[in-house]
Amino acid sequence: MGRVSGTEKQEFTEMENAEFSDFQLICHVRDALSAVTLGDRENYDELVGYLHRKESPNPDEIALLETTLKALSGTVSSIDSVHHESLLSALYRMSLWNYGTSIMDALIELIISLAASNGKYIDWSLELLVNNFTPPYHLMNNLKQEIGIEKKNKVLSRVHAAFEAIAVLVPLAPLRLSPIVVQRMPLIYSKGPEILMYVENMLKLESGAIGEIVGVTMLPAIVDRLIELDVEIGWDGLLHEDAKGIFEMELDDAELEDGDDNMLAAEYLNRKSLEGNTIADKLDSLIELTFLHLESCQSSGRLSEVFDVLLRSFKRTILNAYKSKFTQFLVFYACALDPEDCGVKFAMVLTEMFVSNVYPPNTRMSAVAYLASYLSRAKFVSAALVASILQRLVDWCLNYCQSHDSIMNPRAHQVFYSGCQALMYMLCFRMRSLMDAPRLKMQLLNMPMEPILQHKLNPLKVCLPTVVVEFLRQAKAAKLFMTSESFAFDDMLESDLSRAFGGIYRLDMFFPFDPCLLKKSESYIRPHFARWSKIKCDGADDGEFSETGSEASDDDFADMNENDMIEGDMMVSVQAGLDFDPDLNRMSITPKNKPLLYLHQHNARMPARIRPSTSPESL
Amino acid sequence: MDGLKVSKANLTVYLHPSKSIDVSEAILRELSSLLFTFSEVLDGVVLAYDINSLNNKNAKILSGVIPYFGVPLSVDLLLFSPKPHMLLEGKVVKLSQESIHVVVLGFSSAVITEKDIREEFVYKTKHEQDIYASKSHKRHVIKVGTMIRFSVKSFDEEILHIYGSLMPDHTGSIHWLEKHSDLISHTDRNAKKRESEGELTTLKQDSIDGKLSPLDTAQKMKKSKKQKIQEES
Repeated sequence: MGRVSGTEKQEFTEMENAEFSDFQLICHVRDALSAVTLGDRENYDELVGYLHRKESPNPDEIALLETTLKALSGTVSSIDSVHHESLLSALYRMSLWNYGTSIMDALIELIISLAASNGKYIDWSLELLVNNFTPPYHLMNNLKQEIGIEKKNKVLSRVHAAFEAIAVLVPLAPLRLSPIVVQRMPLIYSKGPEILMYVENMLKLESGAIGEIVGVTMLPAIVDRLIELDVEIGWDGLLHEDAKGIFEMELDDAELEDGDDNMLAAEYLNRKSLEGNTIADKLDSLIELTFLHLESCQSSGRLSEVFDVLLRSFKRTILNAYKSKFTQFLVFYACALDPEDCGVKFAMVLTEMFVSNVYPPNTRMSAVAYLASYLSRAKFVSAALVASILQRLVDWCLNYCQSHDSIMNPRAHQVFYSGCQALMYMLCFRMRSLMDAPRLKMQLLNMPMEPILQHKLNPLKVCLPTVVVEFLRQAKAAKLFMTSESFAFDDMLESDLSRAFGGIYRLDMFFPFDPCLLKKSESYIRPHFARWSKIKCDGADDGEFSETGSEASDDDFADMNENDMIEGDMMVSVQAGLDFDPDLNRMSITPKNKPLLYLHQHNARMPARIRPSTSPESL
Repeated sequence: MDGLKVSKANLTVYLHPSKSIDVSEAILRELSSLLFTFSEVLDGVVLAYDINSLNNKNAKILSGVIPYFGVPLSVDLLLFSPKPHMLLEGKVVKLSQESIHVVVLGFSSAVITEKDIREEFVYKTKHEQDIYASKSHKRHVIKVGTMIRFSVKSFDEEILHIYGSLMPDHTGSIHWLEKHSDLISHTDRNAKKRESEGELTTLKQDSIDGKLSPLDTAQKMKKSKKQKIQEES
C-alpha cells in the first residue's frame, strides 16, 4: 500500500533527511534507476551501497537503509532485472534475521511489491523468503536462548504473513512455492538445528492460510526426508558404511572412553547421541516435531485430511521401505490420536491391500505384516475391530486353501504364508482380550482356522517357528483347536522354510511396529503401545510358561526383577537411551555372555526385528 | 468479458501401462495436470475441461521400451487467452501510488502501473483508504474490492501475469461504467429522466469547479437519488 500519509511525513521531519517527502524520495530513486539505462550509475551505486550489510550499523545507517527500502517499494516497476542486477543481488543477500523489526517490515514490503509487479520476480521473491526459514550460520546458536526465540518468532511470523500477502496478490504463487520449498530442504547431512528449523517452517506452511495448496506436498516431502534418515541408521545408531560386523563391533570391542567394561553398550550409544548431530538424534527430533504438529492438527480438527495425505505417502514410500524402523510411527501416532476414524481407516486400507491382487506380492506381504504388527501393538484398537479383521483374513486364507490344491511351497505361496503368520502373530497378542469378550470368543471359536493350518500347504511348518510355537501354546491353553503334531523347533527363531517364504527382504521377520528406540519419540508412543511383556505377564496365571525365559548362568542377572528381564521385545543391548525405567540401566551385559543371552532370551521373546540376526537384512 | 472461449479439442492422452487398471481416473489426472497452465497448442490457459466422449474404444499401444497406450478423446475446453487491447474484468486487491493490482477470474494476477493510468484518475487517501478517484466524474472511484475493466497490454504466459492499462476511455470501475452507459442510453426517454440527468451534470460541474466536501457530495447524491425515485414513481 502506498505510504503517503501524514504520520509518515512527520517521522521524516524528525530525521536528518527532513527536507524530502516520501514522494520526492521515490522520484529520486526512480530517476537513479532509470539513469542506469543511460549509463549514469552514480546515484544507483550509492543506493546499492546502502543495502550492503554493515557490521554494527549506527542508527543513521539503519534509518538510511529503511528509507531506501521504502522508496524502492514505491518504485518497483522501474526495477529492471538486467540493468539493476547488483541491486537485486544485494537484496537477495539480505537476511531478515540480521535486522530489527522496522527494517524487516520494509524489506518484506519490498519483496511483496516486487512479486506482485512482475511475473519474473515471483520465483525470486519466494526463494528469498524461503532463504529466511533458517537463520544465518552465526545466529544459529542463539536460537536456544530467549532472545533467539523471540527473534525467530518475529522473523517467521513476517515470512509466513508475506506468503499469504503474495498469495492474495498473485493467486498462483502458492503453486510455485511448493517445489521451491521442497527443493531447498536441507540434506540429511546438514546440522540438526537447521533441518529442524526448516521442517518447522514446512509444517507451519502446511497448517497456514495457504496450506490447502501447499500442504499436500509438505508432509510427503518431510516423510521422504525422514525415511532417508531412518535407513541410514544402523543398529548402533550411528552412520555406518559396513553393516556386516556391526554387532560384533558394538559389544565386543566396546572402546569406551572411561574404560568401564561393564558399561552398557546402550550408554555408549546414549553418549554419542548427546552430541546432537547423529542421524538418530536428528530423526528423533524431527519425529517429535511432527508428532506435535499432528497433535495441533487434531485440536484444530484437521487430522482427518492430514491423515489422508499421510496415508498416501505411507503407501507410496514407507510401506515398501523395509529398512524403515521409526518413520512408520508417525502413522501409528496419528491413529492413536483418533482411533475411531484414523485408527480404523489404517487397518482397513492395509486389509484391502492384502486381499486385492492388484498389488505386487511384496507389497501385499508388507501390508499384512504392517497390519499384524499394528493391530497387535495398538492399545487403542478395539477388540471388535481385531476380530473383524481376523475374520477377513481367515476367510481369505480359507478361500486360498480351497482354491489351491498344492503341497507346501514357500516361494510360490508366500502371500498365503505371510497371511497365516499375520493371523498367528495377532492372536499371540490378542488372544486373551478376544477370549475375554463372550461374543468375540464365539466368533473366534467359530473361525475355521484348523482347516487352514492343517492344509497341505502346511503353514505351521513354513511360518516363523517362534511365532508358531507361541501361537500353538496359547491356542492349546485357550482350547482353540486340537493339533496332533507338536512342533519342536529347538529354540530356532527362523528356519530355512521361513527364510524361503520371506524372500530377499526377509518379510517373514518383518514386524514394523516393534518398539521404537528413539528416546523422545518413544515417550509419545508409550501410552498407546502394547508391550509383549505386559501381555505375557497378564497370562502368567496360565502356569504354562515361566516368566523368566532365561536360565542365565551369569550372576549379573540375579539382581534384576522379572519385569526387567522380559521388558520390551528387544535385545537388551539395543535399548539405547531408554532411561525411563531406572532399573533397565542397571542391566549390563558383558560381551562374553552375549551368545548365551541371545539364545536364552528367545524363549521369552516375541520375534523382534531389532535383533542381530544373521539375516541379510542388516547387510 | 473478452478472452474466454470454449474450444472443442480432439486429444490423445498417453497413459503408462500401470494405469490400465483404472483408465478413467488416469485420464482425469492427466487432463487435470493441464489446468492453469498455458498451452501453446491450444493457445490459452486451460480453465476447465469436459470430456465429451471417447472417440473410439480402442487405444493404440506405442512401440517402445515402455508401451504407453494412447486414448483418443473429444474434450470441451474452457480457455483463457488474453490478447493485447482486449478488455478484461477483475477485482482490485491492492492500490498504491505506483500501481493497481487486480486479480482476474480468481487466479490471474494483473498489474496496472501508474504510467498506464489515464490522467483522469488521481491517487488519494480518503478516510484512511487508498483510492483512485476520477477528476471528471466524482462518483467514479476505484478502491480495494472494486471490479474494474481494463485493457490488456501484454500477457506473461509462464506465470499467467497480465500487464494492463486504464488508458482507454471505456475502462474503469465497472459499476460506474454500467450506470453511466445506462443513463446515456436513456436520453430519448421522458423529460423527467432528462431532468435528473441535468441534475447529474450539474453535480459534475460542481466537482470540477470547486472542492466539495465529502458531506456535501453525499448530501447532493442523496438528494438526486431521492428525486430520481420520486420521478420514477
